[in-house]
Amino acid sequence: MLVIDNLKAEIDGKNILKGISLQVKEGEVHAIMGPNGSGKSTLAAVLAGREFAKVTEGTITYMGKNLFEMAAEERSRAGIFLGFQYPIEIPGVSMVNFMKTAVNEHRKYKGLEPLSASDFLKLMREKKELVEIDSKLANRSVNEGFSGGEKKKNEIFQMAMLEPKLAILDETDSGLDIDALRIVANGVNKLKRPDNSAIVITHYQRLLDYIIPDVVHVLYDGRIVKTAGRELALELEEKGYEWIRKEVEES
Amino acid sequence: MEKDQDKIISDVTSGDYKYGFYTDIETDRITKGLNEEVVRIISKKKNEPEWLLEFRLKAFRHWKTMKMPGWANLKIPSIDYQDIIYYAAPMQKISPQSLDDIDPELKKTFDKLGIPLEEQKHLTGVAVDAVMDSVSVKTTFRETLAESGIIFCSFSDAVKEYPDLVKRYMGTVVPYTDNFFASLNSAVFSDGSFCYIPKGVRCPMELSTYFRINSANTGQFERTLLVADEEAYVSYLEGCTAPRRDENQLHAAIVEIIAENNAEVKYSTVQNWYPGDKDGRGGIFNFVTKRGLCRGENSKISWTQVETGSAITWKYPSCILRGDNSTGEFYSVAVTNNYQQADTGTKMIHIGKNTKSTIVSKGISAGHGQNSYRGLVKVLKNATGSRNYSQCDSLLLGDKCGAHTFPYIEVDNQSAVVEHEATTSKIGEDQIFYCNQRGISTEDAIGLIVNGYAREVLNKLPMEFAVEAQKLLQISLEGSVG
Repeated sequence: MLVIDNLKAEIDGKNILKGISLQVKEGEVHAIMGPNGSGKSTLAAVLAGREFAKVTEGTITYMGKNLFEMAAEERSRAGIFLGFQYPIEIPGVSMVNFMKTAVNEHRKYKGLEPLSASDFLKLMREKKELVEIDSKLANRSVNEGFSGGEKKKNEIFQMAMLEPKLAILDETDSGLDIDALRIVANGVNKLKRPDNSAIVITHYQRLLDYIIPDVVHVLYDGRIVKTAGRELALELEEKGYEWIRKEVEES
Repeated sequence: MEKDQDKIISDVTSGDYKYGFYTDIETDRITKGLNEEVVRIISKKKNEPEWLLEFRLKAFRHWKTMKMPGWANLKIPSIDYQDIIYYAAPMQKISPQSLDDIDPELKKTFDKLGIPLEEQKHLTGVAVDAVMDSVSVKTTFRETLAESGIIFCSFSDAVKEYPDLVKRYMGTVVPYTDNFFASLNSAVFSDGSFCYIPKGVRCPMELSTYFRINSANTGQFERTLLVADEEAYVSYLEGCTAPRRDENQLHAAIVEIIAENNAEVKYSTVQNWYPGDKDGRGGIFNFVTKRGLCRGENSKISWTQVETGSAITWKYPSCILRGDNSTGEFYSVAVTNNYQQADTGTKMIHIGKNTKSTIVSKGISAGHGQNSYRGLVKVLKNATGSRNYSQCDSLLLGDKCGAHTFPYIEVDNQSAVVEHEATTSKIGEDQIFYCNQRGISTEDAIGLIVNGYAREVLNKLPMEFAVEAQKLLQISLEGSVG
């Protein structure tokens, strides 16, 4: 589904990603872990098409297509969803209106008719229940005045509405208490299907108690320095990132 | 992606003013310049009674003693008032009796503007007075409205057919001495709309006037007079467009509204005069005096304006709340993109007891646009128990534009409650990217964000026009975030 090959990217002339290669197959959940400043969020930004990160080398192929030829909105319509680390507030724009526009853009891309108002509201109700989001949130403006936890839940709700093929969750667990963490993780698990995939970016292992990854990568200084199964996350939790730093320096 | 945005910008700035065409039609124009003779010619062309000519001449003589006001936060190039044509009319009978009397080119023009002159083609429930340059071309549904005693016609017809009403009300809200542009208008006004809703009548349809500037080098000076007698209700809408030209053109209008006891008037404007090109060449100077008088008790006047056009806008639709318990409202969205400038707002003058006013102003600046809100809330000594709430928001797109707020509050009564809130915000790249990431294009994202921001005001527009206004906002701003 996703093939990243030797990806290098810079921000303001500073090299952040220094040659990343990664393959995500249908149905897989990948976790990307790493200390602050290792390039995790930059990788997410490059995948979603945010322009502040400039790609200098390498390729990304998504569903057989060159990702760099797709604008950010096209990537979304083609099934790439980014759960933001810091969701953005849009005052005056109701969640209903925002989601309706988004869902209908996705439908248009697939050659489907826009949803009628009643069908749309029905869909919203279903998804709200699925991810256990407070009904009232949907009547408010996008993220405006939401608490940190509400914002993150709202990201999962949007993900449920858009049913992405590839979900990238950028530190969705940061700033969440344990209940919110459980709701967010449950949401992700419920949305799991054999034909969709997820990349879970996280600093801590605790999210991976709830979302079980197939593969764990450790990102350090712009490179993937370790790749293994779920046990790697536990080892990392135990030994800390200092362990990685030492290993990298030794090699 | 960057290329896409460049393309959007160039598409929009080069060609999206949809109404920039010109109709080649035989036009009766007088020569350039302004003097007493010109005032007399205009009056004569319209076969006006002596009293109206006198009114014009008094106004003209007064105007000659005045100077253009310089207090607004606007850079206005000097205007040569002798270089303007003060009367231009499409050649046709002044008051065509039937559609067959109207030049097909004219009909086509209004069709193209989406304002068909044939009643059966029209949006149901909307009557239109169509004005091109200096004259009213056609008023639809006149007969239907007359059945309920409503008078809706061109100003010229009103002068002929209802001189007493015109005489009684004209100039009572905006006197000819009011300000420089009002005096100029009073001297040379050529047409406009007149509306009278009799006692106890709720006007069954939306009334509207569509103003079109067509002729080059001319000014448009129309007057609208709207009277709602006791217990009457009317909702009125005006729209305006002009051809794309490199020269500036002057539009100086007057609108007067009178609301008697328990009457209510809702006045909405969708102003889309040609705004000039992306370098600030051309465009309309829109210098307008609009004022309503809540003369009766419990009367209400509500202004809603969506201002997207004009190179320069100078306009303060106001309410004089004279009747006890009367209410004034002002809801405004003003957009300045490219090199547009706007200095707009309102005056709420509380004279009667328990009078209430609400001001919601939403400024949107993009490109090099400069947007100023200027508002006065004045509570007089006897206006016991008066209340005002003002909310004044500015939205900035990009970093070359400006937003300014000039609120004036004068309170002479201790019991009055006056509130003022103001905010300034920016459409950020991160908001747009957030929308992009959910599959929404940059253009649609700006539309969504701006309409969300302006929603409170757009909701006040009559349903039929709210959708149009939303589209207009989006078109006016497309490409403004690069």
